[in-house]
Amino acid sequence: MAEPQPVLEMTGIVKEFPGVRALSGVDFRLFPGEIHALMGENGAGKSTLIKVLTGVHTLDGGTITLDGKPVRIGSPLQAQQAGISTVYQEVNLCPNLSVAENIFIGREPTRAGRIQWKRMRSEAAKLVDRLGLDVDVTAPLSAYPLAVQQLVAIVRSVGTGDSDGEGSGTKVLVLDEPTSSLDRDEVLELFRLMRQLRDEGVAILFVSHFLDQIYEVCDRMTVLRNGALVGEHMVRDLDQVGLIELMIGKALDQLEELHDQQLHADVGEPLLKAEGLGRTGGVAPFDLEIKKGEVVGLAGLLGSGRTELARLLFGADQPDSGKLTVGGEAVSMSAPNDAIGAGIAFCSENRKTEGLVPDLTVRENIILALQAARGWTRPIPASQRDELVAKYIAALDIRPANPEARVGQLSGGNQQKVLLARWLITQPKLLILDEPTRGIDIGAKTEIQKLVVSLSEDGMSVLYIAAELEEVLRLSHTIGVLRDRKLVAQLTNGPEITTSKILETIASGEHQ
Amino acid sequence: MSATTRTPTTPESRTTSTSARLLGDRRLPVLVTAGLFLVMYIAGLSRYQNYGFGEPQVFLNLFIDNSYLLVAAVGATFVIMSGGIDLSVGSVIGFTTMLTAWLVQDVGLPLLVVVPISLSVGAFGGFLMGYVIHNFEIQPFIVTLAGLFLFRGLCLVISKESIAISDSAVSSLAETRISLGVGDLSIGAVVALVVLGVAFYVLHYTRFGRRVYAIGGNEQSALLMGLPLGGTKIAVYTMSGFCSALAGLLFMLYIQSGDPLHAVGMELDAIAAVVIGGTLLTGGSGYVLGTLFGVLVLGLIKSIIQFEGTLSSWWTKIATGVLLCAFILVQRAMTARKAT
Ligand SMILES: Nc1ncnc2c1ncn2[C@@H]1O[C@H](COP(=O)(O)OP(=O)(O)OP(=O)(O)O)[C@@H](O)[C@H]1O
Ligand SMILES: [Mg+2]
Repeated sequence: MAEPQPVLEMTGIVKEFPGVRALSGVDFRLFPGEIHALMGENGAGKSTLIKVLTGVHTLDGGTITLDGKPVRIGSPLQAQQAGISTVYQEVNLCPNLSVAENIFIGREPTRAGRIQWKRMRSEAAKLVDRLGLDVDVTAPLSAYPLAVQQLVAIVRSVGTGDSDGEGSGTKVLVLDEPTSSLDRDEVLELFRLMRQLRDEGVAILFVSHFLDQIYEVCDRMTVLRNGALVGEHMVRDLDQVGLIELMIGKALDQLEELHDQQLHADVGEPLLKAEGLGRTGGVAPFDLEIKKGEVVGLAGLLGSGRTELARLLFGADQPDSGKLTVGGEAVSMSAPNDAIGAGIAFCSENRKTEGLVPDLTVRENIILALQAARGWTRPIPASQRDELVAKYIAALDIRPANPEARVGQLSGGNQQKVLLARWLITQPKLLILDEPTRGIDIGAKTEIQKLVVSLSEDGMSVLYIAAELEEVLRLSHTIGVLRDRKLVAQLTNGPEITTSKILETIASGEHQ
Repeated sequence: MSATTRTPTTPESRTTSTSARLLGDRRLPVLVTAGLFLVMYIAGLSRYQNYGFGEPQVFLNLFIDNSYLLVAAVGATFVIMSGGIDLSVGSVIGFTTMLTAWLVQDVGLPLLVVVPISLSVGAFGGFLMGYVIHNFEIQPFIVTLAGLFLFRGLCLVISKESIAISDSAVSSLAETRISLGVGDLSIGAVVALVVLGVAFYVLHYTRFGRRVYAIGGNEQSALLMGLPLGGTKIAVYTMSGFCSALAGLLFMLYIQSGDPLHAVGMELDAIAAVVIGGTLLTGGSGYVLGTLFGVLVLGLIKSIIQFEGTLSSWWTKIATGVLLCAFILVQRAMTARKAT
């Protein structure tokens, strides 16, 4: 079969950051009418390749041709004009503008230079509808949760070019981990749209750490490792195990044993006890007991109140009813500080806005919570500090393993690990992990899950929140099921509990 | 079950109470300022009724006496909305009064020629500052601080003394009044209101205006969304320079002289008016109409203190300071609410 001409061809791409060679001579091609996965571990250089393509970073070497013609793309604007629209890894929209404006800004429908607000709103509503999303397009974007913002970013990128005949229409659509905070239904909608665009001849570059999604929707893939090209394959020619081995460069050991290990572990005396704890608009009053060394998993759909429950336990939101005891003592929990004092750590799902300080180094970010716990007047001795930081960088395999690197320059997954290290270092009694594996590659996912098991063996209790039921099932001793902001069931994990059993419980809303 | 149905978590949600919705509304700060103005005005009415405070002309004088401040504050609104700051406003105003006075009085050019020259000089100054800010990625605070000193210094290059203007075109223009029936407005006030109207249109109905909001909301995102960051930022500072020069012309018309020390510190009045008018100092949120009310509130404080008679004019500054603090606290409370 003769191959058609690629719409986009990148050859010998080199990109260097101070101290890091992020891309060394990568070749990449993209054909019209295909969905092409870009695969690789955290820090492999996927986002960097995308940013070089779209003019966010300047090229240090190599060439890019579009439709057979060499091009120089100097800014995201030029990329858009050349027909490349992009959703970057971190949601990049303006929270202060309305949903409709976020979709249209830069190409608002105008007549004689005057923005036609009515037309813009109705067109935005239409585009949003196309993704099966029900939002008020006149509301400010900041009023919606991250998942919706991500969908809006997608709507924007899909809409680019076909509004009022400006630009040449989207030829290449780049989606860098668009599914990381979406739930299953939303992912399906997105896939439907992607397929539709593919059939219209658009070339789609798709990045995701969910292998199932890759196999569901992609035609071809390119694998990167440490900034170098490993290979290009048709998806149907390469199975998951083969792909993982290409990505990490070695064979993968199994997660299965983790599950058995957890099932047979026994746990200690009660650590935390919530009685009738609740908050209107947050979660309905619930009882929950977490024992020493126990892993409690929370399962439920997006928006079912998982995060809200965790925030109550941490004192980030104030409960209006019920009480909480930790280690037998009642705690007031009027602020996160009380919770930290009681030995509770909370690793938030929203690392960009709630967690990391991008301009500080890895070391400083890791040490932040420990220093806060000790009080600012008692600095940690430098040698002890460096040793601790080195230990956690190694334990979590943070790359680059350089404590002086600025966190803002790390890849998305590595940032997540830094956040985790920050809380682990305080040696909490209860560690709350809200979506700790979001945006993390398969190797690191395994690492983090192993870590949770070993922490629990050492007597740390863990509250584990994850969208992937398999993870919850694998790690937890007890599984709390949430639905419509209510804790509807608590299942003791055992051989008879399966993901479909949990799904049933979520669907029916009661323990059968 | 529809997992894709979402209602906003805060403002527009139908389930939230009216008060909560009001608190989240972006228009609230403007309404508060407008309300404050109304309350102050009514208080003034009841207190100084017998001294003629109720005359329509007293109200219209607010526009006449603050026309230059309004124009300068409109320019500052664009800058602050984009997340920047312009400290050179006062100096550019002072410099423009000197330049025009010198050109009209000593060089003898007709006003019709001098006006475009002054406006271009101001706009060019703003353009240069914007260019430096964008291309060398230097804090606007630093660059416009340099502009502040530069233009103030240039005043003294023209002359160390003040220059009184005795040109007949200038004085007849300054004395022209446009009757509104109940009272009248000066040319300066009319120009200021036109500038306000144009600014409102630009901010709300042009792509440029929306880009200013976007950049103020999140500069990095705006760049990744493919908005022309550099062009917009430079245009914003150019406009601010233009507005400052125009404010300088109005000031010259109002005072009928050029002086190297005219309008010292007026950038701070302009910024205060913008903030009291409800624009967030961090950018991205606010309305130019709010700025109008900000200027009116400041103007009203001045005239109330004049009516009071015994109070020293320093009370104007004190009242401004107190108001500014209060409004920044309100802003803080509002943004904190949004963050949760
Ligand atoms: N602005 C920057 N400055 C310095 N180094 C950077 C910068 N951006 C990325 N890097 C480095 O380049 C490498 C590749 O990062 P990149 O973000 O492309 O990874 P990725 O494949 O997208 O990973 P992830 O799956 O975690 O998103 C990493 O080592 C990262 O630390
Ligand atoms: Mg990435």
